[in-house]
Amino acid sequence: MHFVLTEEQAMIGETARAFFAENATSERTRAAMAADGIDAALWSAFCHELGLSGIGIPESAGGAGLGLVELAIIAEAAGAQVAALPMLGSLALSAQAIAAGGSAEQQAAHLPGLLSGETIAAYVHDAGLTADGDTLTGEAGFVAHGASAQLLVVTSNTGAWIVPADAPGVTVTALTTMDQTRPYARVTLAGAAGEPLADAAAGIAAAHRAGFVTLAAEALGGAQACLDRTASYAKERVQFGRAIGSFQAYKHRLADMMIEIEQARSAVYWAACAADEGSDEAALAVHAAKSFAADTYFMCAGNMIQLHGGIGFTWEHDSHLFFKRARAIQSMLGSGNWHRKQVATMILGEAA
Amino acid sequence: MKLGFSPEEELFRKECADWLNAEMAGEFRDIKGITKLTASPERRKEWEQRLGEARWGCIGWPSAWGGRDATLAQQVIFAEEYARAGVPGRVNHIGIELAGPTILAFGTEEQKQRFLPDIAAGKTIFCQGFSEPGAGSDLASVRTKGRLEDGEWLVNGQKIWTSLAHISDWIFVVTRTEEGSKGPKGLTFLMMPIDQPGIEIRGIKQINGDAEFNETFFTDARCAADSMIGAVGDGWKIAMGLLAFERGVSTLGQQMGFRNELDEIIAAAKANGAANDPLIRQRIARAEIGLRLMRYGALRMLSNTDHSKIDGAALTYKIQWASWRRSLGELAMDVLGQGGEVAEGSEYEWDTLPNLFLYSRADTIYGGTNQIQRNLIAERGLGMPREPRGDV
Repeated sequence: MHFVLTEEQAMIGETARAFFAENATSERTRAAMAADGIDAALWSAFCHELGLSGIGIPESAGGAGLGLVELAIIAEAAGAQVAALPMLGSLALSAQAIAAGGSAEQQAAHLPGLLSGETIAAYVHDAGLTADGDTLTGEAGFVAHGASAQLLVVTSNTGAWIVPADAPGVTVTALTTMDQTRPYARVTLAGAAGEPLADAAAGIAAAHRAGFVTLAAEALGGAQACLDRTASYAKERVQFGRAIGSFQAYKHRLADMMIEIEQARSAVYWAACAADEGSDEAALAVHAAKSFAADTYFMCAGNMIQLHGGIGFTWEHDSHLFFKRARAIQSMLGSGNWHRKQVATMILGEAA
Repeated sequence: MKLGFSPEEELFRKECADWLNAEMAGEFRDIKGITKLTASPERRKEWEQRLGEARWGCIGWPSAWGGRDATLAQQVIFAEEYARAGVPGRVNHIGIELAGPTILAFGTEEQKQRFLPDIAAGKTIFCQGFSEPGAGSDLASVRTKGRLEDGEWLVNGQKIWTSLAHISDWIFVVTRTEEGSKGPKGLTFLMMPIDQPGIEIRGIKQINGDAEFNETFFTDARCAADSMIGAVGDGWKIAMGLLAFERGVSTLGQQMGFRNELDEIIAAAKANGAANDPLIRQRIARAEIGLRLMRYGALRMLSNTDHSKIDGAALTYKIQWASWRRSLGELAMDVLGQGGEVAEGSEYEWDTLPNLFLYSRADTIYGGTNQIQRNLIAERGLGMPREPRGDV
């Protein structure tokens, strides 16, 4: 038992933070927001120059090995800059699903493209999907970065398929989305042919585990950035002849942010580490992390706007990037109430 | 980053559990499951001595002083097994967790030899004399006076909120020894035997009807010159050093007590059907998540050896657990309904859950109120300007 980052993990964190701070600038993110929500040059640099895209994917599947702890470290760093990247759909969900549930051939066919960034995949979940053999009919309304994807990983509650986005029967409609760094698309499948994953259950489980942890880590990074930026502002902005951070009403809100963030940090790395170690607690931990970190992020982003006053409400200021990303994470891959409902079932059994 | 325990550590866990379970099934079965700190004090002093004899009293201490040089993981394991076995809280927790480490860090060789073996053996029970009626959150404004006369300290004044003073043997006090000094300057840290004519203890009846806390009055109370820790005027430095020990491994044992409380709420909710209410289920899930995060926050804090930076997990720990437990008390009452507001007998005495509801209102006050915690977090953790001070 040693619940702190190893030196190697700390170094990955430093590298990733420096990379995103330098490259995922507000200006570049805003350019991506005006387009499809992906900073293509950043994604390419992330996959090639930084070489971090294979983290959390086994070396046997062409990845860089390591685990969810390292994936969380990367996602935390990306989240701190609200980086406009298809990391969630392409890596945390689709690549994880293929690595855990795909045959060797499927892995060889699809993972290199995903890890190099040449192919972007989106994760399409439709609980009501009808599968006639491997012919798929259904619809998913909120597919992150769906309009930018060349490849779809489609899941129902029991099956998982790989479907090229340009296959016959597939319609992808971009949606105007509140969080422009991760716009949604509606994906309609009308008798589209899918290539089934060899082990759908393993693929879905891995995707969900990694997806929950990635969103939680992104939320943690975002929440910490909200606090850091607001704390800096609190020391500069003067009203009534004092730095506004000297007012107790202000300080206490900052403190409340830090209290939640520290718990969110415990949640994210507990969940990631428990999943990597195959601990019995992992199933509960990933639900705890997703729900807790998402709520923490939203609370911090809301406070960021409030504590910046009028400037925080402007389009020009970055507060709204955090605020909208936080809101999106709260709903994505299950609401906080849904995740807590799973936790309640684990400890109380089903409600009568 | 690693959460699991090694096979050797799991063996150690079994050794702890076996010993604790045997004791709780044997000679000390009468105190098993007691949750109130004030219940059965004499038997619990005997239990302190039993722990000492078997060298389980302070396993994190050096073996030279009655400990076992236990690793962090071993201390974590012992704390968990201690609570899991239903062993009641330590009536000498102030001695083991605060007085002992303070003497180890700041005491002379002679003082270590005089005090540490008896604390380790459970023979000297300590209590803490910091707060005063006029020095609560503002600890540095203590007024209790100490003056050296004929090679002996004479102490006059009043301390308050001295938990378990009525069953303790010794008290450590922060006294103002420099006439006219203000704030943290001119304070000295003294250790005094309680059983003497100059010290009088009066219980303070709390909102739960119990009296764990006391007022302690000093009237020419005596303290041998060689029972001063550090030098004259070092009192503030030593008091602050002591408070840093407060966030030790014992927090994990405390959490196991919380675990038992939450389990009792879950059992009550299942028994009376509240566990089917979706809103109660959400709150129980939140409580469960909060408790787990407390555990992993504590493990982060204990695993951290880089003290060059502010440790956010440590800085926010107090307000986190106190606020969590206060909410737990409220959840308990919502699960129990009006049944929670009625005691079984004619005495104003409360079962675990109603008592939790009442007692937890103290958690967010003692050891630094939530408001003071937020100031500390904002100032130390986030670099906000310090609160302006009035004239002392």
